[in-house]
Amino acid sequence: MSAQPFRLASGGLIDRSQALSFRFDGKSYGGHAGDTLASALLANGVRLVGRSFKYHRPRGILSAGPEEPNALVELRSGARREPNTRATVAELFDGLEAVSQNRWPSLAFDLLSLNGLFSPALVAGFYYKTFMWPASFWEKLYEPLIRRAAGLGRAAGAEDPDHYEKAFAFCDLLVIGGGPAGLAAALAAGRTGARVILCDEDFRLGGRLLAEKREIDGRPVAEWLAAALAELESLPDVRLMPRTTVFGLYDHGTYGAVERVSDHLPQPQPHQPRQRAWRIQAKRAILAAGALERPIVFPGNDTPGVMLAGAARTYANRYGVLPGRETVLFTAGDDGWATARDIAAAGGKVAAIVDARADADPARKALADRLGARLFAGGVVERARGGRQLDQVTIRDASGATHALACDLLAVSNGWNPTLHLTSHQNGKPVWDEEIHCFVPGTLPAGLAVAGSAAGRFTLATALEDGARLAREALGDLGLSVAAAGPVPAADDEPCGLKPLWRVTGGKGPVFPGKAFVDFQNDVTDADVELAAREGFRPVEHLKRYTTLGMATDQGKTSNLSGLAIMAEQTGRTIPQAGTTTFRPPYTPVAIGALGGHHRGKAFRPVRLAPTHGWSSEQGAVFVETGQWLRAQYYPKPGETDWLATVNREVLAVRETVGICDVSTLGKIDIQGADAAAFLERVYINGWKALPVGKARYGLMLREDGFVMDDGTTSRLGEHHFLMTTTTANAGKVMQHLEFCHQVLWPDLDVGMVSVSEQWAQVTVAGPKARKTLRGVVDPEHDLSNEAFPYLAARAVTVGGGIPARLFRISFSGELAYELAVPAGYGDAMMRALMQAGAPFGITPYGTEALGVLRIEKGHVAGNELSGQTTARDLGLGKMMSSKKDYVGRLMANRAALNEPERPSFVGFKPVDRRERLRAGAHFIGVGKAATMANDEGYMTSVAHSPHLNHWIGLGLIRGGSARIGEQVRAYDPVRGGDILVEICSPVFLDPEGARLHG
Amino acid sequence: MRYSALSLLTQALRGHKGWTPVWRDPAPKAEYDVVIIGGGGHGLATAHYLASRHGITKIAVLEKGYLGSGNVGRNTTIIRSNYLLPGNTPFYELSMKLWEGLEQDLNYNAMVSQRGVLNLYHSDAQRDAFARRGNAMRLAGVDAELLDREQVRAMAPFFDYDNARFPIQGGLLQKRGGTARHDAVAWGYARAADSRGVDLIQNCEVTGFTMVDGRAVGVETSRGPIRAKKIAMAVAGNSSRVAAMAGMRLPIESHVLQAFVSEGLKPMIDGVVTFGAGHFYVSQSDKGGLVFGGDIDGYNSYAQRGNLPVIEDVMESAMALWPGLGRVRMLRHWGGIMDMSMDGSPIIDRAPVEGLYLNAGWCYGGFKATPASGFCFAHLIATGEPHPVAAAYRLDRFASGRLIDEKGVGAQPNLH
Amino acid sequence: MRITCPYCGARDAQEFSYLGAADPVRPDGMAAAEAAMADYVYLRDNPAGPHRELWYHGSGCRSWLIVTRDTRTHAISAVEPAKVRKAGEAA
Repeated sequence: MSAQPFRLASGGLIDRSQALSFRFDGKSYGGHAGDTLASALLANGVRLVGRSFKYHRPRGILSAGPEEPNALVELRSGARREPNTRATVAELFDGLEAVSQNRWPSLAFDLLSLNGLFSPALVAGFYYKTFMWPASFWEKLYEPLIRRAAGLGRAAGAEDPDHYEKAFAFCDLLVIGGGPAGLAAALAAGRTGARVILCDEDFRLGGRLLAEKREIDGRPVAEWLAAALAELESLPDVRLMPRTTVFGLYDHGTYGAVERVSDHLPQPQPHQPRQRAWRIQAKRAILAAGALERPIVFPGNDTPGVMLAGAARTYANRYGVLPGRETVLFTAGDDGWATARDIAAAGGKVAAIVDARADADPARKALADRLGARLFAGGVVERARGGRQLDQVTIRDASGATHALACDLLAVSNGWNPTLHLTSHQNGKPVWDEEIHCFVPGTLPAGLAVAGSAAGRFTLATALEDGARLAREALGDLGLSVAAAGPVPAADDEPCGLKPLWRVTGGKGPVFPGKAFVDFQNDVTDADVELAAREGFRPVEHLKRYTTLGMATDQGKTSNLSGLAIMAEQTGRTIPQAGTTTFRPPYTPVAIGALGGHHRGKAFRPVRLAPTHGWSSEQGAVFVETGQWLRAQYYPKPGETDWLATVNREVLAVRETVGICDVSTLGKIDIQGADAAAFLERVYINGWKALPVGKARYGLMLREDGFVMDDGTTSRLGEHHFLMTTTTANAGKVMQHLEFCHQVLWPDLDVGMVSVSEQWAQVTVAGPKARKTLRGVVDPEHDLSNEAFPYLAARAVTVGGGIPARLFRISFSGELAYELAVPAGYGDAMMRALMQAGAPFGITPYGTEALGVLRIEKGHVAGNELSGQTTARDLGLGKMMSSKKDYVGRLMANRAALNEPERPSFVGFKPVDRRERLRAGAHFIGVGKAATMANDEGYMTSVAHSPHLNHWIGLGLIRGGSARIGEQVRAYDPVRGGDILVEICSPVFLDPEGARLHG
Repeated sequence: MRYSALSLLTQALRGHKGWTPVWRDPAPKAEYDVVIIGGGGHGLATAHYLASRHGITKIAVLEKGYLGSGNVGRNTTIIRSNYLLPGNTPFYELSMKLWEGLEQDLNYNAMVSQRGVLNLYHSDAQRDAFARRGNAMRLAGVDAELLDREQVRAMAPFFDYDNARFPIQGGLLQKRGGTARHDAVAWGYARAADSRGVDLIQNCEVTGFTMVDGRAVGVETSRGPIRAKKIAMAVAGNSSRVAAMAGMRLPIESHVLQAFVSEGLKPMIDGVVTFGAGHFYVSQSDKGGLVFGGDIDGYNSYAQRGNLPVIEDVMESAMALWPGLGRVRMLRHWGGIMDMSMDGSPIIDRAPVEGLYLNAGWCYGGFKATPASGFCFAHLIATGEPHPVAAAYRLDRFASGRLIDEKGVGAQPNLH
Repeated sequence: MRITCPYCGARDAQEFSYLGAADPVRPDGMAAAEAAMADYVYLRDNPAGPHRELWYHGSGCRSWLIVTRDTRTHAISAVEPAKVRKAGEAA
């Protein structure tokens, strides 16, 4: 570890007792707790930290904050590699590893900097004008080259090993920014007992106070800050959240924030997330996010060693780092002078002060003299040079004479832009303030006020006043007392005169004048902006999109306004005439992982388990995802290796003896009320009034547009009491639909409904031995004989000695079958009891696969047929449509187009060669006809292997439908290489008379 | 000026001083043969094809903001023709063919890049549904391949195959699908139309229609009245608002769809991939940003911005599919206004008001349709007859029941 | 977005699902005409401005609500239950 040659002997807010070691591009360096990677690199004299996007020019550190366009690194390594990380906000920790990016083979020697030689051709939008011939070369040649060269850092590529969390918070007042305005606001509000949250993106609260040598309430800022923070921490309803970036403002006072819980550590503590995404619900909010300093556009302004003046001051005052030994200040306003003063105070030499303003203020002259700096009032820096490290600037004085000065730091100041990003997240347009030469917040989102520099009120005193005043106003709006808000902190006003200078032209370069950068990261130069103006890309959005100005990871924080100013100058307009700069969320980039939270891997979505899941697991069931449910798909027995063998066995068991299957996932809706039957009449296409108590009926419901929505059996448990079942997939949708029908369409009907899907465990017991099996479980006083409990009977019974249950004699399989429902808590016990009762008959559990085979053999429609594109008539269920009543979907279903005979309708299919396998999704083409869209007659919806018939069977929709039974067509399946002959047949493959059902 | 490597080099040597505006900035004339309302992709494409294929050049394109300020500049740049229903597939395939020759037609590099579109499936039922669709595509002459899990893994080994809640089983691949540079599409059409004499009039908002005997004969605009023999609307997102000026109600709701871009990264993924168990699709731009999106927010909106629930839903799906994205940062998100039609498919038809032509209802699929939409709309305007591949996009199909409902969710726009 | 449910108070919009415009009235009964039903099912005003729309508080009280919301700003000016209370029925 080398020494830190640029570290000051004392001062700053770093902890000199904590030495940290880190590596950059493989080399070891030392720093201290409280450093950022950028401050530590500067302390070690490392100036060259990155390469630019297009020309691969050497780049250094421009800023000391989130606006950094140049100093982007790949932080950490392996699966934790974080590309494009701004070194200026990356907190230093012991063992930190970072490498520079977008260079090959090395940062100092980057072959792609050859792009610079071609730069005359690589102007804005050059790619739109070439690479067009021949057409196929784009994907093969040009684009791969561009893709490889473009991009910045490399993403990790491996699964992120860290965890993320989501959290929610609610408050009266959210304060965004922990600088003077924010602190004053939080203090005023916190003292009243209001619920306050203060967020700041920095790891240390204080904002600009951390970087300035000022006084508040007559005390040095550090002292005042410590007291303010101590007081805030003592207030029970104030929550301080450093390392938390409020990145977006959403509707109705919702703020998105990301807390960097562990980014300052080598890796997160066990049980701690890396980051936590917050949704903060704030009744009122104050944006006190400060301001961002603006650079000046001049040739060579991207040379490492050219730095924003405020940042240079931050490095000296906050981090105890001398940002340069020989400094030239280039400023357009008063604020830059503080940098000259503080750098000199820190022991740096200020060689010259170039103040673009012509007026020679005597106080400034005196200060320059005191600092021993040459003053060029009315001068400009027309060029910076040095390649990988600034070594010289050319100054043009007020008379036009040029002076070459050696220096290693050029501090640049062109005034500040309010950090008003959040105010434009809801389409608010900033407005230009001619007095202070910047955009200030325009129409504000409801509930948000803007304080201090973020509102363009730049002095320390106004920031403090603003914060305290706006906090009082916000609480007043909420009807909270502000009596205890306390005094407003006081400070002197500092000078903040400014005459902005957007760019310097007219310098005499050698062959090519040096490039002058507007957008550092995207390598957009002033010449590019001029070209855009020349070609008519003048609206600000055209300018941005054509030149890529402001589209880089810094979102143009340091570049948008310069670009706009140059466009205004080129087109003879004022800046506000040229356009406004708005910002889209997020304020700074947010990790995708943070917003994803813990929803990944198996935890992506909740898992719903059937009541008998534990039992099925014990049986070795294979499970399948059906929506959120995990259902038993089949139950392989030892020795069974082929799923089809297992399913065949399960199906045959149902056909020959008895099988059992959990169907609890079906939606169950309890419907009661004097008008319950009338209600069902309106939501189902078939009749319900005549259904006797104690009976079930199959029902079909349509959407209002006339297409089938869902089906299921509904049982009349009492005169005014029905139990509806829905498909698993549509359980929620049907419930919502029924509530709609009741509350919105027919509020006068006396009916109420509630979902009881989770309250009941329900199993199907199907097969010739179903009754005998049930007999062992249902209490003996309930007569289960065919006469007493016939097909479609539905009644309350008891099981296991008095446990309430419901028994339905309904069948999806075509066998003698029952569904038995018990309170969900008894589901597991019911399954075990039924297995025991059925053991003498060889009862066999079956899963969703066998369930599907059984229903396909019987030609029952299910999800594949209820595609939302089919009508009742398409499915052969047209006869159910009552003509005697109005119901949802009636009129639309009767439209002529929905009743044309050419509409594909429902039939069965079997392979002509019985050995062939059918596939759902195959389309039907007439024999001998070309495989074209015009000859497409329909498609196969469902297939199964019928162990009973010992061949594959299918259901599908085909033009002409049942009129074509016996005809052969091709089942055309080119995406799976299939093209086989199938025969159209009845969709009922087994027991068409229904003899088994009634057995 | 014709664009070529040579013209670029020639200009480079002259410091690029010789480039001229890519389009004129004309004042509106009193009358045109055709006024196209909407200077987005579809409106500009319509102007280009009217001028280049039908010889109609007395055209004004009226744009209330700047050219390309609508959805053509706010989308996720995907082009594909992987549609299921016969009303759609040939239309989108025509679009794909026009994309394939677009740059030579326009003399503008719109970076049409056919790196493939892969839709993942996660269940047997989804596989069969994709097989149905893939087969429909093949029947319509569109390329489609059904991949199994291992084929998908070979293409994208970085997805979550081992710990997924809804394991990837395979995917439907259209190799000819891909992306195009969205702004360049608008600019290329604009430049080509302008070069044939079409007036592109920016900052010109239509405020009403001039009606004579129930026929639309002109428009009122913020820059004065303009008469026209034919008036064509291509203002997706705002179709209902403009139609209301002519007294029409449409089978359309305006919804917000959000889109996202990550920071620029070295190449991570080649083509476009859509997640089948959640709402997420992703590609990577030539600049290196991952461009991605998900579902619409689901409520009527003209605000061009959305809310956190959908943002988080998209990120959750992103992480579920591709857990290596955890430390990749989302750089920007924004919203566009979608013309969500009642069956999820568009409308290219004469309006019930004589003299008025309607191009609307593109849902979130308008970008890929841009060339065919312009081509077919131009055909309708010029000949009075629908182009054969767009014949199903009638306005009266909603009343008649000849719907084109790819998803089968019915007349509820936020489910399409 | 937050919706103040008249029964449950202010809740995140994620608890609700959206249906669409609240103003179209279903042409009820056997006498209703196909054209009127087609209008009801398919045609929308789709205004840029205040919009009366139906939301369902599915993760809360299961009420259908009529929310008046400005589609340009998303600002909500009123929330009321869709179910009109019958005369004389207790609150």
